[in-house]
Amino acid sequence: MDNDKNILEVRDLQVDFKTYAGDVKAIRNVSFDLRKGETLAIVGESGSGKSVTTRTIMGLNANNADIASGTIKYKGEDLLKKSEADMEKIRGQDIAEIFQDPMTSLDPTMKIGRQIAEPLMIHKGMKKEKALAQALEMMKLVGITDAENRINDYPHQFSGGMRQRIVIAIALINYPEILIADEPTTALDVTIQAQILNLMKELQDKISTSIIFITHDLGVVAGMADRVAVMYAGKIVEYGTVDEIFYNPKHPYTWGLLSSMPTLDTGGDELPSIPGTPPDLLDPPKGDAFAARNAYALKIDTEKEPPFFKVSDTHYAATWLLHPDAPKVTPPEQIVERQKQYATMHKELLAQQRTQGPVEEEEEKQ
Amino acid sequence: MDYENAEKILEVKHLKQYFNVGKPDEVRAVDDISFDIYRGETFGLVGESGSGKTTTGRAIIHLYEPTAGEILFNGKNVDTFTSAADHREFRQDMQMIFQDPYASLNPRMKVKDIVAEGIDINHLAKDDADRSKKVEDLLETVGLNKDHSSRYPHEFSGGQRQRIGIARALAVDPKFVIADEPISALDVSIQAQVVNLMKKLQREQGLTYLFIAHDLSMVKYISDRIGVMHYGRMLEIADSDEIYAHPLHDYTKSLLSAVPVPDPEFERTRQEIAYDGSQENDGKTRHMVEISPRHWVRAADDEIDMYTKRAHEASLIKD
Repeated sequence: MDNDKNILEVRDLQVDFKTYAGDVKAIRNVSFDLRKGETLAIVGESGSGKSVTTRTIMGLNANNADIASGTIKYKGEDLLKKSEADMEKIRGQDIAEIFQDPMTSLDPTMKIGRQIAEPLMIHKGMKKEKALAQALEMMKLVGITDAENRINDYPHQFSGGMRQRIVIAIALINYPEILIADEPTTALDVTIQAQILNLMKELQDKISTSIIFITHDLGVVAGMADRVAVMYAGKIVEYGTVDEIFYNPKHPYTWGLLSSMPTLDTGGDELPSIPGTPPDLLDPPKGDAFAARNAYALKIDTEKEPPFFKVSDTHYAATWLLHPDAPKVTPPEQIVERQKQYATMHKELLAQQRTQGPVEEEEEKQ
Repeated sequence: MDYENAEKILEVKHLKQYFNVGKPDEVRAVDDISFDIYRGETFGLVGESGSGKTTTGRAIIHLYEPTAGEILFNGKNVDTFTSAADHREFRQDMQMIFQDPYASLNPRMKVKDIVAEGIDINHLAKDDADRSKKVEDLLETVGLNKDHSSRYPHEFSGGQRQRIGIARALAVDPKFVIADEPISALDVSIQAQVVNLMKKLQREQGLTYLFIAHDLSMVKYISDRIGVMHYGRMLEIADSDEIYAHPLHDYTKSLLSAVPVPDPEFERTRQEIAYDGSQENDGKTRHMVEISPRHWVRAADDEIDMYTKRAHEASLIKD
């Protein structure tokens, strides 16, 4: 991939929170890219730093946050060096965010048409009538039925799913370059969740936004993401394409996450689980932060932090198991099954490429 | 589960739970549901928010007076209890684990007093030493350290707090535990730990669970049988493998089709099935019909043939 396709480049980001107990090292040297038009999913447990990462991008961290180092380049400019006034211009116009709870992210005293139109009036200086007309179009686009009659309703008159559609309408009204979705469907029922996810995919095709999708639900990730970054204890421990992460994961933490989620086919008496709890980031452990919970931990894990090892051009994992000198280990059963599936998929793909070889290659060159 | 010789521990018959009865804002949270739970099984209750699953659980443990219908526990109707001893026994035998481990523990009480509250009320401990011993044993059972007993809830993580909640429920030696979304507030890696603990306790102590949740894959994993609720009604009940492999009711099909699966290949081809809820309110009388062995569907008389045909196609019925 060429660098000019990256719309956002995060490098060596480190964020500490000053507390009475000491500095909580919430983000520890995180680097990643977001490409134009893609969906990047960041997965991890609560406290792994996924939300802090995106808040830092938006410039919305709490007052006690200290950005110790790093750069966040958007269109070649470092967002961390921007003034608050500049960031206000970027938020809601270039980068927009959908929050988890549609009940609390809307203003209960403002008509929803006005709420959707507000970004247009503020960022584009549009007249109220014109902005409201555009808001109405957006309401139709996100699937709010009977939009003409509902434009003057208040948030409490809508259901949770409809409210989340309104939140999406507000976020997308300015056709932002980047949309950050922080657990956008966690508060919703599965049937409503499916509708909202489909809507997001549709809209992404229409306005070609890049999405950073934060969630702990691997099922949702499988359906939404082009690429996945797995975070643990303030670090990215593995990243790759969605197929690489789901069918050929390399980091033991990713193994644990994938196998501790029962699928509809899981049986047996015991669900594989990750023992213990995440480490305290006031004083992160030496070496690999996951070592204490890792059944595959090596001696070096407690001494030295693993660097990223390359698995493929798009797939990297930070675990000593990938070091050439590391002993060979067999991943959990479910992961082995997934890797088998990956191998067959890979073969099929190669066979396909061989038959329609030249065409495919030309497409890739463009 | 061997259902041939299974014994019913709980029978819910035509339970109705209405709120604000007779007022313009009357809510029919649970509207005429019937089902049985057998001793030693896990019965999963699934449905969207507002479907009445939590209300059902609360009605069973008698946090509400039912509007109509009866609930038999061990063959006895709780509403007809007159003696205090009967009530006390019922309160001991049936316990509840709550969804939010942060809100369900009193922040001003030490863990040992939280866990021992039921022991104290029911006078289950001979003396102080016995009480401490019981608490320590319980903490150990749920995978906590006995040193934890003199700490306060805020010193624990979500998963640990849920373990305290489980220890508290087990303190009075219950037979039947209602778990209302016990893992929804926990992280994925911790969910598996708590589910494994619940399964282990069931094996060791012969507990019966009513497991209420909206996470369908976890419910399938832990449950022997599953009931699907919608709009306050029970629409389908069957063994968990069967209901997932061969759902008969349109709503169950729609619900299952919406579950995201951690498999990108599957997700790319997933087709959601839409469901029109208005067909439930077309005025026909419907009741639970056993379409194939132990597979119940809520159907009107003229719909039975359709469901039977579906069951034939899924070869649930053998000729």
